[in-house]
Amino acid sequence: MTHLLEINNLDVKFDTDEGRITAIDNVSLTLDQGKVLGIVGESGSGKSVTAKSIMQLNPGNTIYNDNAEIIIDDEDVLKFTSKNDLKKIRGGKVSMIFQEPMASFAPAIKIGSQMVEQLMIHKPMDKKEAKNISIDMLNRVGIADAEKRFNQYAFELSGGMRQRAMIAMALSTMPKLLLADEPTTALDVTIQAQVINLMKDIIKEYNMGVIFITHDLGVIAQVADDVAVMYLGSVVEQGPVNEILKNPMHPYTKGLINALPDINNLDAPLTPIPGNIPSPLDRPSGCVFRTRCPHASKEGKEENIEMGLVEVKPGHWLDKCGVDCGKI
Amino acid sequence: MSENIVSVNNLSVSFDYQENFLSKKQKIKAVNNINIKIKKGSFFGLVGESGSGKTTLGRAILGANKISTGNVIFHDDERDFDLTTINSKEMKEYRKKAQLIFQDPYAALSPRMTVRDIIAEPLEVMKITNSREETDARVRDIAAKCRLNLEHLRRFPHAFSGGQRQRISIARALVSNPKFIVADESVAALDVSIQADILNLLKQLQHELNLTYLFISHDLSVVAHVCDIVAVMYLGHIVEMAPSRELFSNPKHPYTKALLSSIPSIDPENKSKAIELEGEIPSAMNPPSGCVFRTRCPHASPDGKEGNIEMRLEEVEPDHWVDRCGVSCG
Repeated sequence: MTHLLEINNLDVKFDTDEGRITAIDNVSLTLDQGKVLGIVGESGSGKSVTAKSIMQLNPGNTIYNDNAEIIIDDEDVLKFTSKNDLKKIRGGKVSMIFQEPMASFAPAIKIGSQMVEQLMIHKPMDKKEAKNISIDMLNRVGIADAEKRFNQYAFELSGGMRQRAMIAMALSTMPKLLLADEPTTALDVTIQAQVINLMKDIIKEYNMGVIFITHDLGVIAQVADDVAVMYLGSVVEQGPVNEILKNPMHPYTKGLINALPDINNLDAPLTPIPGNIPSPLDRPSGCVFRTRCPHASKEGKEENIEMGLVEVKPGHWLDKCGVDCGKI
Repeated sequence: MSENIVSVNNLSVSFDYQENFLSKKQKIKAVNNINIKIKKGSFFGLVGESGSGKTTLGRAILGANKISTGNVIFHDDERDFDLTTINSKEMKEYRKKAQLIFQDPYAALSPRMTVRDIIAEPLEVMKITNSREETDARVRDIAAKCRLNLEHLRRFPHAFSGGQRQRISIARALVSNPKFIVADESVAALDVSIQADILNLLKQLQHELNLTYLFISHDLSVVAHVCDIVAVMYLGHIVEMAPSRELFSNPKHPYTKALLSSIPSIDPENKSKAIELEGEIPSAMNPPSGCVFRTRCPHASPDGKEGNIEMRLEEVEPDHWVDRCGVSCG
């Protein structure tokens, strides 16, 4: 069976004034239709860069490696040469929802015009039809008074409403793949609960594949089927969400879970992961997590380990260095 | 001597608002008839969604917002500061006692000052120290307490990560030896692995330096972990207030219940649905009459009789205060 999305051996580097930065190192992911893949990680872990690579939205100083592949529907996005090819992907087969809904709408153009514009680019239809579909979609995501909202500007909507409108816009072209980059992070918890429930319903209804990026493990637990944990550009652990969160094996995944305040166990101490996230300019060699790993050896032999995922249980993938470091 | 460090009595803060120069001036009540007492040495939590007035309340206690009605009294060992009648000379004295830690450690530190100068600035401005040596000694002392490396003092903020920057902000707030700290969303901008570190540091400093905190946050699980007593705010009102264990195990107000159920559980098998609140927090310009929560309350009566209820906290169990409307509506 072919996958909806297949990322193979992706490296992403940025050329900056201070030197070449590795943002993504040898990441491979697959996603099937109707599934939600969560990507968790802290700032600088490369979650957003991964999503932007799929849409080819990374800036001009980006360097991809030659043997990388990002295959959507049997087509390799990285081999696209013309803008027209990309148009099929951007907003067509793939839609993206960003974190800050205020920044994603043009401030001086009515919400409705923006929705109609992108629909007409991707689907052969006239303005009237596009308007009807847009208003339907706004209704579908629970915006009351959709017709009125259609003629308003982004600033006239509240934060939760804007994010709903963003979701409506992203889904109106019926994408096969939805990239959601921290879609609930800027929202209050009660609104976050509304948006998560809405997204779950819609994902089921349209049977699309979703990459859900967040730093919030609780959100991942509630929406994702599978999860990939990223640290400094590498995937360190990956598998079904239930398995990874209940039976974490990599010291970073364990550390993330322990650092989280648990509302059901107020006596548990908060255990931070020691040290700071290294700057991408001095990315550790070998195992990227070794500078903060509680199991790192004194003589620093993790420096020479080559990272790579191995399957420790059916479906549960773990970085090589993490396999035995707990046991040493 | 009072056992409280801060008493807030019937406090309201309103802002003037004018849509354009022709329209009538309106008053927006950001904080409405608040009564709280913060005990010495406590970790007092204030939670609520955006627009609930938690920052305004914190700023009013620090004297950074004008008080419209009611009063705020700060009880120092020897004397009391009344924030409603405070003059600028007293204010200078008060600043030494009460300080603020900000949310965003990237915006709070001047990029052109060294870490040493950033931490030393309050000492110089408040004329607390008399010589450079004395200033340096105080800076080094507080930096060590905040687990900053002395090496770091010569560097500029851009060289530091978010967690380290937040430690610099904390050192700056504590260098004048304050007794009371308002921490406004101080861990909201940090990654989880770092957030735990800063929370542990705040706790440790509380014991070491005998501090009292007003900890403002939107994150209930963080508040549950660090605070002794928690007040839940909604649209300018406190709707529930209790010791944190009591509040989290036995919430009474429908808003508190909904907030708690909205936290996504980290257990994928726990799919218990959040009590979904309809709609969003109303604008403070046009708040609902009576119980401010009634427009989203799952228990609101169809005849809208909550519109005539006057909001007031009632003590339902020892130290557990719930808004009147919330007591009966469940």
